[in-house]
Amino acid sequence: MAMTDQEMLKGLGEIVDEVAGVPADQVTPDKSFVDDLDIDSLSMVEIAVAAQDKFGVEIPDDQLKNLKTVQDVLDYLRGAGVSA
Amino acid sequence: MRLSEGSPGTRILAFGGYQPAKVVTNDDLAQMVDTSDEWIRSRVGIESRRIAGPDESLADIASAAGGKALAASGLSPDAIDLVVVATCTPESPIPNIAATVATRLGIAAPGAYDLNAACAGFCYAMATASDAVRAGTARHVLVIGAEKLSQWIDWTDRSTCIIFADGAGAAVVGPVAEPDDPPGIGPVVWGSDGNLADKIYIADRNSFIVQEGQAVFRWATTALHPIARKACEAAGVDPADLAAFIPHQANLRIIEAIARKLGAPQAKVATDIVTAGNTSSASIPLALSRMAEQNELGSGDLVLLLAFGAGISYAAQVITIP
Ligand SMILES: CC(C)(COP(=O)(O)OP(=O)(O)OC[C@H]1O[C@@H](n2cnc3c(N)ncnc32)[C@H](O)[C@@H]1OP(=O)(O)O)[C@@H](O)C(=O)NCCC(=O)NCCS
Repeated sequence: MAMTDQEMLKGLGEIVDEVAGVPADQVTPDKSFVDDLDIDSLSMVEIAVAAQDKFGVEIPDDQLKNLKTVQDVLDYLRGAGVSA
Repeated sequence: MRLSEGSPGTRILAFGGYQPAKVVTNDDLAQMVDTSDEWIRSRVGIESRRIAGPDESLADIASAAGGKALAASGLSPDAIDLVVVATCTPESPIPNIAATVATRLGIAAPGAYDLNAACAGFCYAMATASDAVRAGTARHVLVIGAEKLSQWIDWTDRSTCIIFADGAGAAVVGPVAEPDDPPGIGPVVWGSDGNLADKIYIADRNSFIVQEGQAVFRWATTALHPIARKACEAAGVDPADLAAFIPHQANLRIIEAIARKLGAPQAKVATDIVTAGNTSSASIPLALSRMAEQNELGSGDLVLLLAFGAGISYAAQVITIP
Protein backbone atom coordinates (compact mmCIF):
# COMPACT_ATOMS: atom_id res chain seq x y z
CA MET A 1 0.00 0.00 0.00
CA ALA A 2 1.38 3.45 -0.89
CA MET A 3 0.62 6.46 1.29
CA THR A 4 2.19 9.80 2.11
CA ASP A 5 3.06 10.63 5.74
CA GLN A 6 0.17 13.05 5.70
CA GLU A 7 -2.28 10.37 4.55
CA MET A 8 -1.08 7.92 7.18
CA LEU A 9 -1.42 10.52 9.92
CA LYS A 10 -4.90 11.41 8.73
CA GLY A 11 -5.92 7.72 8.67
CA LEU A 12 -4.53 7.16 12.16
CA GLY A 13 -6.32 10.29 13.40
CA GLU A 14 -9.63 8.94 12.10
CA ILE A 15 -9.04 5.65 13.90
CA VAL A 16 -8.21 7.34 17.19
CA ASP A 17 -11.30 9.52 16.86
CA GLU A 18 -13.53 6.53 16.24
CA VAL A 19 -12.05 4.29 18.93
CA ALA A 20 -11.43 6.78 21.72
CA GLY A 21 -13.34 9.91 20.76
CA VAL A 22 -10.17 12.00 20.59
CA PRO A 23 -10.57 14.60 17.79
CA ALA A 24 -8.38 13.64 14.82
CA ASP A 25 -6.64 17.04 14.71
CA GLN A 26 -5.12 16.38 18.14
CA VAL A 27 -3.41 13.27 16.81
CA THR A 28 -0.03 14.75 15.88
CA PRO A 29 3.30 12.86 15.66
CA ASP A 30 4.77 14.17 18.92
CA LYS A 31 1.80 13.09 21.06
CA SER A 32 2.06 10.25 23.56
CA PHE A 33 -1.04 8.06 23.51
CA VAL A 34 -1.20 7.51 27.25
CA ASP A 35 0.08 10.84 28.58
CA ASP A 36 -1.25 13.33 26.02
CA LEU A 37 -4.28 11.65 24.46
CA ASP A 38 -5.47 9.74 27.55
CA ILE A 39 -5.65 6.47 25.64
CA ASP A 40 -5.30 3.27 27.66
CA SER A 41 -3.92 -0.16 26.77
CA LEU A 42 -7.31 -1.53 25.71
CA SER A 43 -7.94 1.39 23.34
CA MET A 44 -4.46 0.76 21.94
CA VAL A 45 -5.57 -2.79 21.10
CA GLU A 46 -8.63 -1.39 19.32
CA ILE A 47 -6.44 1.07 17.45
CA ALA A 48 -4.17 -1.81 16.37
CA VAL A 49 -7.19 -3.79 15.15
CA ALA A 50 -8.52 -0.82 13.19
CA ALA A 51 -5.04 -0.06 11.80
CA GLN A 52 -4.86 -3.60 10.44
CA ASP A 53 -8.13 -3.03 8.53
CA LYS A 54 -7.04 0.36 7.26
CA PHE A 55 -3.35 -0.13 6.49
CA GLY A 56 -3.17 -3.91 6.08
CA VAL A 57 -0.44 -4.15 8.73
CA GLU A 58 -0.77 -6.36 11.80
CA ILE A 59 0.54 -4.91 15.06
CA PRO A 60 0.90 -7.85 17.50
CA ASP A 61 0.40 -7.28 21.26
CA ASP A 62 4.13 -7.64 22.04
CA GLN A 63 5.01 -4.90 19.52
CA LEU A 64 2.08 -2.73 20.51
CA LYS A 65 3.38 -2.11 24.01
CA ASN A 66 6.50 -0.45 22.57
CA LEU A 67 4.52 2.07 20.53
CA LYS A 68 4.24 5.04 22.87
CA THR A 69 3.77 7.99 20.53
CA VAL A 70 1.87 8.67 17.32
CA GLN A 71 5.26 8.85 15.55
CA ASP A 72 6.12 5.36 16.87
CA VAL A 73 3.00 3.96 15.18
CA LEU A 74 3.70 5.80 11.93
CA ASP A 75 7.27 4.45 11.93
CA TYR A 76 6.02 0.94 12.64
CA LEU A 77 3.51 1.08 9.78
CA ARG A 78 6.22 2.35 7.45
CA GLY A 79 8.66 -0.34 8.55
CA ALA A 80 6.03 -3.04 8.15
CA GLY A 81 5.18 -2.33 4.57
CA VAL A 82 3.16 0.85 4.07
CA SER A 83 5.29 2.46 1.38
CA ALA A 84 5.66 6.16 0.73
CA MET B 1 -38.19 -47.45 12.86
CA ARG B 2 -40.33 -44.35 13.45
CA LEU B 3 -39.16 -40.80 14.07
CA SER B 4 -40.49 -38.41 16.69
CA GLU B 5 -42.90 -35.62 15.67
CA GLY B 6 -41.45 -32.21 16.35
CA SER B 7 -42.69 -28.65 16.28
CA PRO B 8 -42.03 -26.49 13.21
CA GLY B 9 -40.92 -23.55 15.32
CA THR B 10 -39.88 -22.87 18.89
CA ARG B 11 -40.09 -19.92 21.24
CA ILE B 12 -39.12 -18.74 24.68
CA LEU B 13 -42.04 -18.80 27.11
CA ALA B 14 -40.47 -17.06 30.13
CA PHE B 15 -37.27 -15.93 31.81
CA GLY B 16 -35.93 -15.90 35.35
CA GLY B 17 -32.77 -14.59 36.98
CA TYR B 18 -31.07 -14.95 40.34
CA GLN B 19 -28.15 -13.13 41.92
CA PRO B 20 -26.70 -14.04 45.32
CA ALA B 21 -27.35 -11.47 48.06
CA LYS B 22 -23.73 -10.56 48.83
CA VAL B 23 -22.64 -7.41 46.98
CA VAL B 24 -18.90 -6.95 46.46
CA THR B 25 -17.93 -3.43 45.41
CA ASN B 26 -14.76 -2.28 43.71
CA ASP B 27 -13.75 -0.64 46.96
CA ASP B 28 -14.11 -4.00 48.70
CA LEU B 29 -11.71 -5.50 46.14
CA ALA B 30 -9.29 -2.61 46.59
CA GLN B 31 -8.94 -3.79 50.20
CA MET B 32 -7.81 -7.20 48.94
CA VAL B 33 -5.64 -6.45 45.88
CA ASP B 34 -3.80 -3.47 44.43
CA THR B 35 -6.58 -1.92 42.34
CA SER B 36 -9.06 0.96 42.41
CA ASP B 37 -12.69 1.72 41.70
CA GLU B 38 -11.65 4.13 38.95
CA TRP B 39 -9.43 1.56 37.19
CA ILE B 40 -12.06 -1.18 37.27
CA ARG B 41 -14.85 1.13 36.06
CA SER B 42 -12.80 2.48 33.19
CA ARG B 43 -11.23 -0.81 31.99
CA VAL B 44 -14.01 -3.27 32.67
CA GLY B 45 -17.13 -1.21 33.41
CA ILE B 46 -18.08 -3.08 36.60
CA GLU B 47 -19.27 -1.12 39.66
CA SER B 48 -20.26 -4.07 41.81
CA ARG B 49 -20.85 -7.79 41.52
CA ARG B 50 -22.56 -10.55 43.51
CA ILE B 51 -20.75 -13.44 45.13
CA ALA B 52 -22.38 -16.60 46.49
CA GLY B 53 -22.41 -17.19 50.22
CA PRO B 54 -20.28 -19.99 51.69
CA ASP B 55 -23.29 -22.32 51.96
CA GLU B 56 -24.71 -21.48 48.57
CA SER B 57 -23.96 -24.19 46.00
CA LEU B 58 -24.11 -23.97 42.22
CA ALA B 59 -27.25 -26.15 42.32
CA ASP B 60 -28.85 -23.62 44.73
CA ILE B 61 -28.12 -20.73 42.38
CA ALA B 62 -29.28 -22.66 39.32
CA SER B 63 -32.47 -23.82 41.05
CA ALA B 64 -33.35 -20.29 42.14
CA ALA B 65 -33.20 -18.97 38.56
CA GLY B 66 -34.81 -22.08 37.07
CA GLY B 67 -37.65 -21.95 39.59
CA LYS B 68 -38.42 -18.34 38.67
CA ALA B 69 -38.50 -19.07 34.94
CA LEU B 70 -40.70 -22.12 35.49
CA ALA B 71 -43.14 -20.13 37.65
CA ALA B 72 -43.22 -17.28 35.12
CA SER B 73 -43.99 -19.74 32.30
CA GLY B 74 -47.19 -20.85 34.03
CA LEU B 75 -46.34 -24.47 33.18
CA SER B 76 -46.61 -27.20 35.75
CA PRO B 77 -43.31 -28.95 36.51
CA ASP B 78 -44.52 -32.14 34.75
CA ALA B 79 -44.70 -30.23 31.48
CA ILE B 80 -40.87 -29.97 31.43
CA ASP B 81 -39.21 -32.99 29.86
CA LEU B 82 -35.63 -31.75 29.49
CA VAL B 83 -33.39 -29.67 31.77
CA VAL B 84 -30.11 -28.29 30.42
CA VAL B 85 -27.69 -26.41 32.66
CA ALA B 86 -24.91 -24.48 30.95
CA THR B 87 -22.05 -24.13 33.39
CA CYS B 88 -18.28 -24.35 33.61
CA THR B 89 -17.96 -23.96 37.37
CA PRO B 90 -19.48 -26.96 39.16
CA GLU B 91 -18.03 -27.98 42.51
CA SER B 92 -17.39 -31.43 41.03
CA PRO B 93 -17.91 -33.24 37.70
CA ILE B 94 -20.61 -35.66 38.95
CA PRO B 95 -23.46 -35.72 39.64
CA ASN B 96 -24.46 -33.14 37.10
CA ILE B 97 -26.28 -30.01 38.24
CA ALA B 98 -29.26 -30.46 35.92
CA ALA B 99 -30.67 -33.61 37.54
CA THR B 100 -30.42 -32.11 41.02
CA VAL B 101 -32.09 -28.90 39.91
CA ALA B 102 -34.89 -30.84 38.21
CA THR B 103 -35.65 -32.82 41.35
CA ARG B 104 -35.62 -29.72 43.51
CA LEU B 105 -38.09 -28.01 41.21
CA GLY B 106 -40.41 -31.01 41.26
CA ILE B 107 -39.74 -31.92 37.64
CA ALA B 108 -40.08 -35.70 37.60
CA ALA B 109 -37.54 -37.70 35.57
CA PRO B 110 -36.76 -35.28 32.74
CA GLY B 111 -33.75 -35.68 30.49
CA ALA B 112 -31.06 -33.70 32.32
CA TYR B 113 -27.54 -32.75 31.39
CA ASP B 114 -24.93 -30.06 31.94
CA LEU B 115 -23.26 -28.40 28.99
CA ASN B 116 -19.87 -26.70 29.05
CA ALA B 117 -19.15 -24.10 26.41
CA ALA B 118 -17.82 -21.71 29.08
CA CYS B 119 -19.19 -18.18 28.67
CA ALA B 120 -20.86 -19.21 25.40
CA GLY B 121 -22.86 -21.88 27.22
CA PHE B 122 -26.29 -20.25 27.37
CA CYS B 123 -26.56 -19.73 23.61
CA TYR B 124 -25.36 -23.31 23.02
CA ALA B 125 -27.96 -24.60 25.49
CA MET B 126 -30.69 -22.48 23.92
CA ALA B 127 -29.81 -23.90 20.49
CA THR B 128 -29.79 -27.53 21.63
CA ALA B 129 -33.05 -27.00 23.54
CA SER B 130 -34.73 -25.44 20.54
CA ASP B 131 -33.49 -28.23 18.28
CA ALA B 132 -34.79 -30.86 20.72
CA VAL B 133 -38.26 -29.30 20.59
CA ARG B 134 -38.13 -29.05 16.81
CA ALA B 135 -37.05 -32.68 16.56
CA GLY B 136 -39.71 -33.79 19.02
CA THR B 137 -37.31 -35.28 21.57
CA ALA B 138 -38.61 -32.78 24.11
CA ARG B 139 -41.65 -30.53 24.30
CA HIS B 140 -40.67 -28.02 26.99
CA VAL B 141 -37.10 -27.42 28.06
CA LEU B 142 -35.81 -25.56 31.08
CA VAL B 143 -32.54 -23.94 30.02
CA ILE B 144 -30.33 -22.52 32.77
CA GLY B 145 -27.01 -20.70 32.68
CA ALA B 146 -25.49 -20.82 36.16
CA GLU B 147 -22.03 -20.08 37.49
CA LYS B 148 -20.20 -19.96 40.75
CA LEU B 149 -16.99 -18.50 39.35
CA SER B 150 -15.96 -17.32 42.80
CA GLN B 151 -14.80 -20.84 43.63
CA TRP B 152 -12.42 -20.91 40.66
CA ILE B 153 -10.90 -17.46 41.20
CA ASP B 154 -7.63 -16.61 42.87
CA TRP B 155 -8.74 -13.74 45.09
CA THR B 156 -5.17 -12.40 45.15
CA ASP B 157 -5.00 -12.12 41.32
CA ARG B 158 -6.16 -8.65 40.37
CA SER B 159 -6.36 -9.47 36.66
CA THR B 160 -9.25 -11.90 37.23
CA CYS B 161 -10.87 -11.27 40.62
CA ILE B 162 -12.12 -7.86 39.49
CA ILE B 163 -14.01 -9.38 36.56
CA PHE B 164 -15.75 -12.64 37.42
CA ALA B 165 -18.84 -13.15 39.60
CA ASP B 166 -21.69 -15.51 40.47
CA GLY B 167 -25.28 -15.73 39.26
CA ALA B 168 -27.81 -17.63 37.20
CA GLY B 169 -30.43 -16.99 34.56
CA ALA B 170 -32.96 -19.28 32.92
CA ALA B 171 -35.50 -19.58 30.14
CA VAL B 172 -38.30 -22.01 29.34
CA VAL B 173 -38.26 -23.10 25.70
CA GLY B 174 -41.24 -24.71 23.99
CA PRO B 175 -43.06 -25.04 20.68
CA VAL B 176 -44.74 -22.08 19.01
CA ALA B 177 -48.39 -21.74 20.09
CA GLU B 178 -49.81 -22.45 16.60
CA PRO B 179 -47.90 -24.29 13.86
CA ASP B 180 -48.10 -21.23 11.58
CA ASP B 181 -46.78 -18.77 14.16
CA PRO B 182 -43.42 -17.21 13.32
CA PRO B 183 -40.55 -18.87 15.20
CA GLY B 184 -39.29 -17.16 18.36
CA ILE B 185 -35.80 -18.68 18.31
CA GLY B 186 -33.67 -18.21 15.20
CA PRO B 187 -30.93 -20.50 13.87
CA VAL B 188 -27.76 -20.57 15.92
CA VAL B 189 -24.46 -19.51 14.38
CA TRP B 190 -21.77 -21.16 16.44
CA GLY B 191 -18.14 -22.11 16.32
CA SER B 192 -14.90 -22.56 18.19
CA ASP B 193 -11.13 -22.26 17.86
CA GLY B 194 -8.97 -24.57 19.93
CA ASN B 195 -5.85 -22.69 18.81
CA LEU B 196 -6.86 -20.09 21.39
CA ALA B 197 -7.47 -22.62 24.18
CA ASP B 198 -4.57 -21.16 26.16
CA LYS B 199 -6.07 -17.66 26.30
CA ILE B 200 -8.52 -18.48 29.13
CA TYR B 201 -8.21 -21.69 31.13
CA ILE B 202 -8.16 -23.46 34.46
CA ALA B 203 -5.16 -25.81 34.41
CA ASP B 204 -6.39 -28.48 36.85
CA ARG B 205 -8.57 -29.05 39.90
CA ASN B 206 -6.18 -27.19 42.19
CA SER B 207 -5.89 -24.15 39.94
CA PHE B 208 -7.76 -20.93 39.23
CA ILE B 209 -8.86 -19.06 36.13
CA VAL B 210 -5.98 -17.62 34.14
CA GLN B 211 -6.39 -15.39 31.11
CA GLU B 212 -4.40 -13.34 28.66
CA GLY B 213 -6.63 -10.31 28.91
CA GLN B 214 -5.34 -8.36 25.94
CA ALA B 215 -5.39 -11.34 23.59
CA VAL B 216 -8.98 -12.09 24.60
CA PHE B 217 -9.90 -8.43 24.16
CA ARG B 218 -8.33 -8.35 20.70
CA TRP B 219 -10.08 -11.53 19.61
CA ALA B 220 -13.45 -10.39 20.96
CA THR B 221 -13.30 -7.00 19.27
CA THR B 222 -12.17 -8.50 15.96
CA ALA B 223 -13.93 -11.82 15.42
CA LEU B 224 -17.37 -11.42 16.92
CA HIS B 225 -19.29 -8.71 15.08
CA PRO B 226 -19.24 -10.81 11.88
CA ILE B 227 -20.72 -13.73 13.87
CA ALA B 228 -23.42 -11.42 15.23
CA ARG B 229 -24.27 -10.25 11.71
CA LYS B 230 -24.34 -13.85 10.44
CA ALA B 231 -26.88 -14.77 13.12
CA CYS B 232 -29.11 -11.91 11.91
CA GLU B 233 -28.70 -13.08 8.32
CA ALA B 234 -29.47 -16.70 9.22
CA ALA B 235 -32.70 -15.54 10.89
CA GLY B 236 -33.57 -13.22 8.01
CA VAL B 237 -33.55 -10.25 10.39
CA ASP B 238 -32.17 -6.86 9.43
CA PRO B 239 -29.93 -5.58 12.27
CA ALA B 240 -31.88 -2.30 11.95
CA ASP B 241 -34.97 -4.17 13.22
CA LEU B 242 -33.36 -5.39 16.46
CA ALA B 243 -34.89 -3.93 19.60
CA ALA B 244 -31.91 -5.03 21.66
CA PHE B 245 -28.46 -6.56 21.50
CA ILE B 246 -27.44 -8.73 24.44
CA PRO B 247 -23.82 -9.81 24.16
CA HIS B 248 -22.09 -11.84 26.87
CA GLN B 249 -21.27 -9.40 29.66
CA ALA B 250 -17.50 -9.91 29.59
CA ASN B 251 -16.22 -6.36 29.69
CA LEU B 252 -18.12 -3.13 28.97
CA ARG B 253 -15.38 -2.06 26.56
CA ILE B 254 -15.85 -5.28 24.54
CA ILE B 255 -19.63 -4.81 24.59
CA GLU B 256 -19.33 -1.23 23.32
CA ALA B 257 -16.82 -2.13 20.61
CA ILE B 258 -18.93 -4.99 19.23
CA ALA B 259 -22.10 -2.89 19.40
CA ARG B 260 -20.37 -0.11 17.47
CA LYS B 261 -19.29 -2.53 14.75
CA LEU B 262 -22.60 -4.39 14.56
CA GLY B 263 -24.42 -1.48 12.93
CA ALA B 264 -27.68 -1.55 14.87
CA PRO B 265 -27.66 1.94 16.37
CA GLN B 266 -31.30 1.78 17.48
CA ALA B 267 -30.89 -1.44 19.47
CA LYS B 268 -30.70 -1.16 23.26
CA VAL B 269 -27.41 -2.68 24.34
CA ALA B 270 -27.35 -4.71 27.56
CA THR B 271 -24.94 -3.35 30.16
CA ASP B 272 -25.86 -5.65 33.01
CA ILE B 273 -22.16 -6.16 33.71
CA VAL B 274 -22.17 -2.87 35.65
CA THR B 275 -23.93 -4.48 38.63
CA ALA B 276 -23.52 -8.18 37.86
CA GLY B 277 -19.89 -8.57 36.80
CA ASN B 278 -18.93 -11.25 34.30
CA THR B 279 -21.06 -14.26 35.24
CA SER B 280 -20.04 -16.39 32.24
CA SER B 281 -22.97 -18.50 30.96
CA ALA B 282 -25.38 -16.70 33.31
CA SER B 283 -24.73 -13.23 31.95
CA ILE B 284 -27.07 -13.29 28.95
CA PRO B 285 -30.14 -14.80 30.66
CA LEU B 286 -29.56 -12.52 33.67
CA ALA B 287 -29.50 -9.47 31.42
CA LEU B 288 -32.51 -10.73 29.46
CA SER B 289 -34.61 -11.35 32.54
CA ARG B 290 -33.69 -8.02 34.06
CA MET B 291 -34.48 -6.08 30.86
CA ALA B 292 -37.80 -7.92 30.50
CA GLU B 293 -38.67 -7.36 34.17
CA GLN B 294 -37.95 -3.63 33.95
CA ASN B 295 -40.07 -3.38 30.79
CA GLU B 296 -37.09 -2.34 28.71
CA LEU B 297 -38.18 -5.04 26.28
CA GLY B 298 -41.69 -5.64 24.99
CA SER B 299 -43.47 -8.73 23.75
CA GLY B 300 -42.45 -9.56 20.19
CA ASP B 301 -39.22 -7.57 20.30
CA LEU B 302 -36.38 -9.06 18.29
CA VAL B 303 -33.22 -9.49 20.37
CA LEU B 304 -29.79 -10.65 19.23
CA LEU B 305 -27.85 -12.82 21.69
CA LEU B 306 -24.09 -13.25 21.28
CA ALA B 307 -22.09 -15.42 23.66
CA PHE B 308 -18.35 -16.11 23.68
CA GLY B 309 -15.62 -17.30 25.95
CA ALA B 310 -13.03 -19.93 26.80
CA GLY B 311 -12.48 -22.70 24.29
CA ILE B 312 -12.50 -20.43 22.47
CA SER B 313 -16.19 -20.95 21.67
CA TYR B 314 -18.98 -18.69 20.57
CA ALA B 315 -22.64 -18.78 19.54
CA ALA B 316 -25.28 -16.27 18.49
CA GLN B 317 -28.98 -16.33 17.68
CA VAL B 318 -31.93 -13.98 17.34
CA ILE B 319 -34.87 -14.55 19.69
CA THR B 320 -38.23 -12.87 20.28
CA ILE B 321 -39.36 -11.69 23.69
CA PRO B 322 -42.43 -13.62 24.92
C1 LIG C 1 -8.14 -8.01 32.11
C2 LIG C 1 -8.15 -6.63 31.53
C3 LIG C 1 -9.14 -5.74 32.25
C4 LIG C 1 -6.76 -6.05 31.73
O1 LIG C 1 -6.66 -4.80 31.07
P1 LIG C 1 -5.35 -4.45 30.25
O2 LIG C 1 -5.47 -3.07 29.78
O3 LIG C 1 -5.16 -5.55 29.26
O4 LIG C 1 -4.31 -4.54 31.41
P2 LIG C 1 -2.77 -4.81 31.37
O5 LIG C 1 -2.55 -6.14 31.98
O6 LIG C 1 -2.18 -4.51 30.05
O7 LIG C 1 -2.35 -3.68 32.36
C5 LIG C 1 -2.41 -2.30 32.08
C6 LIG C 1 -1.94 -1.55 33.28
O8 LIG C 1 -2.91 -1.64 34.33
C7 LIG C 1 -2.36 -2.27 35.49
N1 LIG C 1 -3.38 -3.16 36.04
C8 LIG C 1 -3.69 -4.41 35.66
N2 LIG C 1 -4.72 -4.90 36.38
C9 LIG C 1 -5.06 -3.93 37.24
C10 LIG C 1 -6.04 -3.82 38.25
N3 LIG C 1 -6.92 -4.81 38.52
N4 LIG C 1 -6.11 -2.67 38.94
C11 LIG C 1 -5.27 -1.65 38.69
N5 LIG C 1 -4.32 -1.69 37.76
C12 LIG C 1 -4.22 -2.82 37.03
C13 LIG C 1 -1.17 -3.01 34.97
O9 LIG C 1 -0.22 -3.19 35.99
C14 LIG C 1 -0.68 -2.11 33.88
O10 LIG C 1 0.01 -1.02 34.41
P3 LIG C 1 1.30 -0.41 33.65
O11 LIG C 1 0.80 0.03 32.31
O12 LIG C 1 1.68 0.70 34.55
O13 LIG C 1 2.24 -1.55 33.58
C15 LIG C 1 -8.48 -6.64 30.03
O14 LIG C 1 -7.40 -7.15 29.31
C16 LIG C 1 -9.72 -7.41 29.72
O15 LIG C 1 -10.77 -7.22 30.30
N6 LIG C 1 -9.64 -8.30 28.69
C17 LIG C 1 -10.78 -9.10 28.29
C18 LIG C 1 -10.90 -10.25 29.25
C19 LIG C 1 -12.25 -10.85 29.23
O16 LIG C 1 -13.23 -10.24 28.86
N7 LIG C 1 -12.32 -12.11 29.67
C20 LIG C 1 -13.52 -12.84 29.73
C21 LIG C 1 -13.93 -13.34 28.40
S1 LIG C 1 -15.29 -14.39 28.57
